[in-house]
Amino acid sequence: MTILLKEVEEIAKLAKLKFNDEERQKLQKELDTIIIYMDRINELNLEGVKPLEDVNETLENVSRVDINALSLSKEDALKNAPAKTEDYFKVPKVI
Amino acid sequence: MFSNYKKLRENLESGNVWIKEVVDYYLSNIEKGKHLNAFLSVFKEEALERAELIQQKLNSNTAGKLAGMVIAVKDVLSLKNKPLTCASKILENFTALYTATSVQRLIDEDAIIIGKTNCDEFAMGSSNENSAYGAVKNPYDETRVPGGSSGGSAVSVAADMCMTALGTDTGGSVRQPASFCGVIGMKPTYGRVSRYGLTAFASSFDTVGVFANNINDCALVLDVISGKDEMDSTSVDVPAINYNDDINDIKKLKIGYVKENFAEGLDKEIYDVINEKIDKLRQNGFEIKEIHTPHSKYSVQAYYILTTAEASSNLARYDGVRYGVRAKESVTIEEMYINSRTEGFGSEVKRRIMLGTYVLSAGYYDAYYKKAQKVRRLIKNDFRKAFEEVDLIISPAAPSDAFKIGEKVDDPLAMYLNDIYTTTANLTGNPAICIPAGRDSKGLPIGLQITGKDFDEVSVLKLADFMIRYLPGSSQFPG
Repeated sequence: MTILLKEVEEIAKLAKLKFNDEERQKLQKELDTIIIYMDRINELNLEGVKPLEDVNETLENVSRVDINALSLSKEDALKNAPAKTEDYFKVPKVI
Repeated sequence: MFSNYKKLRENLESGNVWIKEVVDYYLSNIEKGKHLNAFLSVFKEEALERAELIQQKLNSNTAGKLAGMVIAVKDVLSLKNKPLTCASKILENFTALYTATSVQRLIDEDAIIIGKTNCDEFAMGSSNENSAYGAVKNPYDETRVPGGSSGGSAVSVAADMCMTALGTDTGGSVRQPASFCGVIGMKPTYGRVSRYGLTAFASSFDTVGVFANNINDCALVLDVISGKDEMDSTSVDVPAINYNDDINDIKKLKIGYVKENFAEGLDKEIYDVINEKIDKLRQNGFEIKEIHTPHSKYSVQAYYILTTAEASSNLARYDGVRYGVRAKESVTIEEMYINSRTEGFGSEVKRRIMLGTYVLSAGYYDAYYKKAQKVRRLIKNDFRKAFEEVDLIISPAAPSDAFKIGEKVDDPLAMYLNDIYTTTANLTGNPAICIPAGRDSKGLPIGLQITGKDFDEVSVLKLADFMIRYLPGSSQFPG
């Protein structure tokens, strides 16, 4: 077993997801199968290989002239909010 | 209606046909094919209004390159003031606030966006069964899947509901459904087309691709949507594609094939068809060479480690605060996050978020994520080396034909393995196309993949065009 039920629960917490017992057991089996398959990359000797992060390897810092540009209006930003006041997103009490 | 845009344009310009008739024709096909579930929204009124406006532009000779071309767009691409669901419940009420660059470029050239197409939720899937709005059906056999994730876009072109369609391709999501539905599907080089307005799944893999019924239309649309965009820092400033269908020099192109690709897991009929095509190319005077990409057998592993990691990070934004569905009856903010995500995401999306969170979590980051990035470099190096010897690589597009709806839903790994021939081009960034190569004994389409050098879409398109035009069995489209 590459991943324990307890680990599935911990990962779910990090991912902010919730599973019932049945779902968790199913997920454990599925993840186990997939992780065993993924583990095959360990057959490779990867020493000294530089990780590839950007396929074109052309990325550099991009800056633009510091002038006002079009951005979302307050009305637009709030348009899709599930709960809002006139100026803010509304969420359950935090403090 | 017309076999390609050039013919349509001639008929529009000579006044033989009006744009409104073209729009009506596709709208009626969309209605007829409703049971295929290819569209999540159809913009009938706007399309007809646009038809009138563009007709006037045509009459005054000010119409754009795509005047009157009816195009469908996968519902992971933004179109301002229209729903953007990503085929997810979590975005069922979401309205896009801006338009994706690729879509805007189509509109600027007077194309008509006819609707948004169904797909796997957040583009995660190979069968289009992961849509919160129901599976899409394959027009060749409605008990079978159209492929995924851009299944709706592939079907919309195959069933003549539009002339071309945009899809997105993160690991084969344009090419594999093209293969299953018997149409052309092209994934450009990473960076060729702006990702601005494409809902992020795995940002270092995501590309916008094109579905079409012929190479000229495919090249035309690809050319229009291409180009550097200041809204996407990974878009690259390279010369335009400028495709023309002159194939006089075509035989100068050296073609390679990877022997390891023709091994276990590949359907025998597909094996035979692809081999036959390679033989025919040889008979036609092409230089064909066997090449080796020893690390590509680790593609699916590297692909799923890296893309689930990126997805788990990208999808953290769906928290029920600023947009999307918010679960009711959550007392604390933490409960609200958890309940909203748990109710809003489908099972495949959750599985990938879990995998991605796992490979990024403390203790596993170096064991999986970093290693997979190294494997990605080895695969990229394999292809760089291969492309010193050949200009193009031919391979199968998928290991099977369109499978039955429900056949693989309980076996996620079997589903992932359907991406075995397509994920490499997303790991390396190279352009790749899938073209119809014939039918199998069940009458289902078989696709052939051509991969090219970085930013050499032209050679890919030229060989594709040659094969469709001159090698029998390459252009069997539904009538």
